[in-house]
Amino acid sequence: MPRARPVRAGRVYGAPGEGYSGHISLITALILIGLWFLVTEAGWVKPLFLPSPVAVYNKFVVAWTDGVANSTLWEHTWASLKRVFGAFLLACVTAIPIGIMMGVSRIARGLFDPIIEFYRPLPPLAYLPLVIIWLGIGEFPKIFLIYLAIFAPMAIAARAGVKSVSIEQIHAAYAMGGTRGQIIRHVIVKAALPEIFTGMRIGIGVGWTTLVAAEMIAADRGLGFMVLNSAQFLDSAAVVMGIIVIGLFAFAFDLVVRYMERVMIPWKGKV
Amino acid sequence: MKGFAVTAQMERLKISNVSLTYPGLHSNEAVVALRGVNLTIESGEFIVALGASGCGKTTLLNLLAGFMSPTEGEITLGDKRVEGPGADRGVVFQKHALLPWLNVIDNTEFGLKLQGVPKAQRRERAVRNLALVGLQDFHNHMIYHLSGGMQQRVGVARALTCDPAMLLMDEPMAALDALTRESIQELLLRVWEHTHKMFFFITHSVEEALFLGSRLIVMSPRPGRITHTYELDFNRRFLAEGNARAIKSSPDFIQMRETVLGIIYGDELQVSQELAHA
Repeated sequence: MPRARPVRAGRVYGAPGEGYSGHISLITALILIGLWFLVTEAGWVKPLFLPSPVAVYNKFVVAWTDGVANSTLWEHTWASLKRVFGAFLLACVTAIPIGIMMGVSRIARGLFDPIIEFYRPLPPLAYLPLVIIWLGIGEFPKIFLIYLAIFAPMAIAARAGVKSVSIEQIHAAYAMGGTRGQIIRHVIVKAALPEIFTGMRIGIGVGWTTLVAAEMIAADRGLGFMVLNSAQFLDSAAVVMGIIVIGLFAFAFDLVVRYMERVMIPWKGKV
Repeated sequence: MKGFAVTAQMERLKISNVSLTYPGLHSNEAVVALRGVNLTIESGEFIVALGASGCGKTTLLNLLAGFMSPTEGEITLGDKRVEGPGADRGVVFQKHALLPWLNVIDNTEFGLKLQGVPKAQRRERAVRNLALVGLQDFHNHMIYHLSGGMQQRVGVARALTCDPAMLLMDEPMAALDALTRESIQELLLRVWEHTHKMFFFITHSVEEALFLGSRLIVMSPRPGRITHTYELDFNRRFLAEGNARAIKSSPDFIQMRETVLGIIYGDELQVSQELAHA
């Protein structure tokens, strides 16, 4: 057995996983892209199974200028962004208040808990037919399907956030003449903010994963539709290109939320 | 606007025959936390409650604060019956319970904000009370950048800013190091002298209890009750002479300390024997 290494100057002995890891992630990404070049350029894999990076890039240029599946890439992206963010905003203004109500009110908890816990584990594709039957094939059912997927994790996070307030903080506010409503607004909601933000990050991620399912509902535009449509024509390059665009948007928005979290909740993890 | 200390001087807190029983799942599991407690606190008194774990001192504080209701008896402040928490009784907790999203001064004026006091007025009172606890240069600091001792001083300033008749403190120094403890003890006595409010203070430390209290109540467990009461003047002597160590090492202080320790150890011994036989 090798002996444990002595601790480096200025570091804590035995704390696992400390230090910067960004450069390692960058190397991972470069190696993966390198392998992608290697196996496609060397002809080890047929382009149908894995198109080359060059083919994907060319498809990107074509999609941006001439368009694929009857729309340009920007039109697809804009259609999808509207759906995902529409659903996300709708979930923010409903799921967060409901989650907080579930945390502070026995009645609200009893009311919403069975509904949320029942539908939460269901795959959106399972209730997609019902959504179509009930709401038709317009723009709203697409947004609604994504909204349903986002709603549950956000409500659950807000509800859990309510629990992060300490009973002493609540008692202190009561002992300074606060009313129940004031304490919910000025103490409980603020204390729940870190978890609400975590819920928003999880929610928007879930939103992107539901996008393709939502755009199975008679869409003629959108990144999910573009991927599905290209798959039917065995256009692997467009499929991969669509996946990369969705991934980049999802990642970029996650960075934005993380930045907002740092600015808006500087006390997170310090109490 | 209410006078700063004038209203407080009129009040008197009366605990009349108060008992509290925590209901268990079955009637034979009920725990009597307090039985037949009587205590009258005059304005300007510094009461310190001392006792072994389980003697009901925190329960008593929770009753005074209104966080709990007694199962028997009643508590009145002035001519008003205590029926819930209120701004006439400020509380300082063992863990600071400040709001981390607010800076020091916003935490301090938070109670007045809840009461709807105009901004300028609440700021003025917060500034005054922060100066009283020696934090005049830390208005804009965030709570999590302060040391434990400074956090507790903000807690005291916050409670004082609501101008309560009574300040309830539940082992506010339990988590502080010995040096910080001593300096905050001295600070608390100066605040007490300045505001002349009723102080009700819980501690595990006999030395702290003797140094701070103008009256010491010693409590005993099973059931929780007051067994001994001592009138003390070490705090007045400190305020007059200003040398804390000299008082804490004086013969009468040490004699008193041993007497009270004897009572407490007796209780501890009894509890551990009961547990051993249970």
